[in-house]
Amino acid sequence: MVSTPASLTDVEVSSSINLVGRAPSGPDGPRTVERVGEPGGSCTDMSRSDGAIIVEHLTKRFGDRVAFDDVSFDVGYGEVFGFLGPNGAGKTTMVRTLGTLIAPTSGAATVAGIELRPENGPAIRSRISIMPEFPGLYLRLTVAENLELFARLYRLSDPQYRIERVLRAVNLIDRTNDLCRSLSKGLRQRAALARALLSDPAVLFLDEPTSGLDPVATREVHELITALEDRGVTIFLTTHRLEEAERLCHRVAILSTTLRLVGRPLELRQQLLTRNLDVRTRTDLDDPGKMFGGLVDVEGWEQVLPGLYRLTVVDPDATAPVVARTLVGAGVDILSIAESRRSLEDVYLELIDEDVEVKRR
Amino acid sequence: MSFSWVRVGAIFQKELRDYRRNRFMVLTMGLLPLIFIAAPILQLFTIKASITSAKLDSRIGISLLYMLMLPTIIPSVLSAYSVVGEREQGTLEPVLTTPIHREELLIGKALAAFLPVLAVAYVIFGIFLGAVAAFAHPAVTSAVFERDHLLIQLLFTPLVAGWSIWVGIAISTRMSDVRAAQQLSVLASLPPVAIVALMNFNVIAPSLALALGLAAALLLIDGLAWRVVAAMFDRERLITGIRS
Ligand SMILES: Nc1ncnc2c1ncn2[C@@H]1O[C@H](COP(=O)(O)OP(=O)(O)OP(=O)(O)O)[C@@H](O)[C@H]1O
Ligand SMILES: [Mg+2]
Repeated sequence: MVSTPASLTDVEVSSSINLVGRAPSGPDGPRTVERVGEPGGSCTDMSRSDGAIIVEHLTKRFGDRVAFDDVSFDVGYGEVFGFLGPNGAGKTTMVRTLGTLIAPTSGAATVAGIELRPENGPAIRSRISIMPEFPGLYLRLTVAENLELFARLYRLSDPQYRIERVLRAVNLIDRTNDLCRSLSKGLRQRAALARALLSDPAVLFLDEPTSGLDPVATREVHELITALEDRGVTIFLTTHRLEEAERLCHRVAILSTTLRLVGRPLELRQQLLTRNLDVRTRTDLDDPGKMFGGLVDVEGWEQVLPGLYRLTVVDPDATAPVVARTLVGAGVDILSIAESRRSLEDVYLELIDEDVEVKRR
Repeated sequence: MSFSWVRVGAIFQKELRDYRRNRFMVLTMGLLPLIFIAAPILQLFTIKASITSAKLDSRIGISLLYMLMLPTIIPSVLSAYSVVGEREQGTLEPVLTTPIHREELLIGKALAAFLPVLAVAYVIFGIFLGAVAAFAHPAVTSAVFERDHLLIQLLFTPLVAGWSIWVGIAISTRMSDVRAAQQLSVLASLPPVAIVALMNFNVIAPSLALALGLAAALLLIDGLAWRVVAAMFDRERLITGIRS
């Protein structure tokens, strides 16, 4: 009976728990972008055969309704992988499928080193744990009794010690003997998280772990995820909150029934935040193709309105003066040259929008 | 990944705790036995000495039947709740994400309905016998203490409970509404007890051989039923409401 991955010794665990209680590791904003450049991101280069999760052309349909379609990606050991998508994108269904609760319609996957097949269900489930979308605690049982039940279902040794440890980790130790009925939504969420941590899973699935939490509680969950990451736990995190994925994850997949994109947040930014220069001129250019096409730094252009051209550029700061000189040299009256940026949010919304349109057709 | 009694025990204990703290459950478990002890005692204590033996037999039949209703109805209500109730509360999904086998879950749940009900039913029967021995008319007492009556009662109590539990769980895995599951389950629990009734009322001439034969058949059915229920237990359907 394998229930404790060797990499997660109790010593490591207790040291990481201390991290959780401590001050946050930095201000919220900048941390995200930096972190993708950090060495931690290197685990994205894991070889395919060695992934914590490998998904190949996975599809799940409920009758005629497609939950997700032909999705492929892989998650390295120790990686925090964000699964981002709007309501109904198929996030929960993916978690349930990889967690062996439901069977895929087609495709293949490997979870925690074990092939996803019906007969491997118990083996996979003993190495992973899932914090579902809704806590699903037994409300007439105390927090400790809920955890005891799960400790026994995983056949864990030393359950009392483990229970205390995870309750400390999620900051719920003072409610140990309270009935779950008496806990607030946020506290129930934490209890569910504690339950998911109980078995020291090699792969932890968190299905929207911060939905409905206030900013303080959200922050605590984020810190906990970071502490788990430091311990080397592979985390599959679904969310519809972009900033959360950006902040916590080494890589992010954007799902909207089909997989739209996978990449590190920073790469996604660079790929997606195509920067633009909006050039306004008094009159339409005679031959914009010739004018802009000749400039090395301009990757593309389009006319948005009469006298308004949107150029796709790599480095707006360097290209703007070049564009200005060229236009002035050609005798064009320039009204303005301005950089326009699409935020990751815009890009995300556009990606999702495409899908909504596809569905409407 | 083999069958584990630890997991069965965990489910069993959880169920008992959950029942104990469920006011509705406690009330049902407390009141039903009272009814099922009061009614048969009344039946027998109102018997006059002049009663014909046929009428006496039917009175005793009714009394004993009352007492078999207890292990029929209570477990069917409990087990009809056991799966669909957890689905409604959202507690089933987390449990199914653990390495638990469906057999472990089902046996844990079945035992949690079976053992307490068996204990209550036998205690009630004991009280009934005690009351009869102490206070009833001697003719009544000797009729009640007839070997066949006792045997049928002792034998059929666990067997009807077993039937009720497996049928109740089977229904519970297929329904999406607790109340509907419980109603259907109570109905479905009745056939075995009806056969016993026919024997009690001497419609089917009760003989030891017949009783034993029926008991053996019921035992076999209970034994097979649990394999059927395990096969009916479809994780995907329970999670999504759609067959895999
Ligand atoms: N049990 C089910 N029966 C039928 N369709 C389902 C079922 N569960 C999910 N679906 C469908 O599959 C699609 C994906 O649903 P899913 O719950 O996985 O989305 P999600 O990304 O988790 O959404 P949310 O952000 O709202 O939690 C949706 O169109 C949904 O209606
Ligand atoms: Mg969801």
